[in-house]
Amino acid sequence: MPPVDPPLALLAELTHRCPLACPYCSNPVELERASSELSGEEWRRVLREAAALGVLQVHFSGGEPMVRRELPALVAEAASHGIYSNLITSGALGGEREIAAFAEAGLRHVQLSLQDHEAANADRIAGLAGAFERKMKFAAAVRAAGLPLTLNMVVHRQNLDGIGEMIDLAQALGARRIEIAHVQYYAWALENRAALLPSREQLDEATRIVETRRERLKGVLAIDYVVPDYYGVRPKSCMNGWGRQFLNVMPSGTVLPCHAAQTIPGIDFPSVREAGLVDIWYRSDAFNRFRGTDWMPQPCRDCDRREIDWGGCRCQALALTGDAARTDPVCALSPDHAVVETALRQAAAAPAPLVYRQYR
Amino acid sequence: MVDAASVLRLAPHIVFRFDDTRQRWIMMAPERLMLPDEQAVEILKLVDGEASVDAIVDALAAKFDAPRAEIAGDVTEMLQDLADKGCLAHAAR
Repeated sequence: MPPVDPPLALLAELTHRCPLACPYCSNPVELERASSELSGEEWRRVLREAAALGVLQVHFSGGEPMVRRELPALVAEAASHGIYSNLITSGALGGEREIAAFAEAGLRHVQLSLQDHEAANADRIAGLAGAFERKMKFAAAVRAAGLPLTLNMVVHRQNLDGIGEMIDLAQALGARRIEIAHVQYYAWALENRAALLPSREQLDEATRIVETRRERLKGVLAIDYVVPDYYGVRPKSCMNGWGRQFLNVMPSGTVLPCHAAQTIPGIDFPSVREAGLVDIWYRSDAFNRFRGTDWMPQPCRDCDRREIDWGGCRCQALALTGDAARTDPVCALSPDHAVVETALRQAAAAPAPLVYRQYR
Repeated sequence: MVDAASVLRLAPHIVFRFDDTRQRWIMMAPERLMLPDEQAVEILKLVDGEASVDAIVDALAAKFDAPRAEIAGDVTEMLQDLADKGCLAHAAR
């Protein structure tokens, strides 16, 4: 195996608690409870170890990371090591006072999620009345504090037609970037797949709108657009490869190569409570399991794109074929590709009701 | 548009610094790491919100003893590209 480079980014999932209940939440279906969460002191140690390991960016996420009172202290810890810190938030808790504390602590950037461009559908999708209004106020407070703002819009069949208005809203709120990402079908989203997958026609129209706006807003608003891989020909380069750039620490301290990896059976994922991050990154079985290309089956092994796609997504291979070591079935070359076509046909039928995220 | 009189600075969400682990200059935006090549690093070190593009070109032409016109073309092209990506902002005219 070629030498392993240090990771670029750490996703710090401070908690799974969240006031929203989005039916495509990327958190696991088995949400971790407050009683199992790492303490603030443990998180500070994780950040110190991450810095020593070479991590350049930390994304404070959740759940809703702002439920953790230690957040400003954690931002300050990251800043003291030169780590670029980013807050990924629902914007449903807190406002000017909290944002001022983050800015003071050295936060570099805020990513605010929005569920739609208008309140009624946004609140329906978030499962929380009044959430949209709070988010509008939160966005204004972020800009008033002088912090750069990115809007995160997760799009799917039930909001995709408003994609142009979403981009206009991002501009009106003073965001300098909007990230429009189609739902990825893991965990809660996989349960809701038939309700969320857009049609081909809907997708093509949305893509056309994005391209028109992107040209018009060049230099004003950056538009990152992630298309749904179910409609792709080749898989996404998931995490830019297993254990290549990225690590995720869960609320309880379990360390994963991506936020969904815990679904994969037969891997003992290490915890920061038992091992150091350097050891976990370079030497754990979990991080070495799908590193590089040695693990690949055909058609990946001889594919020209094996070091571009890295075989696609291990969690998606597991979710759709039952085996994490197979080629990602969204690849048209995968022997399992028919399962994706079946899912698209099912979604074309009458939409299913939404299952909201909740503790079970 | 970036021209000779433009005065540029890094956008507030951009960090440009030397990384000890990797022993190289890096530029960071949210969810993005850019690895500027040697030429870009020399240019970016001079983007300080005070020097005009003209002044940056002068400084580089002197430092590397290279033809000014060629450097001006490279510098303007690179800065325009970064401005289009939102990495740079105009400080003043």
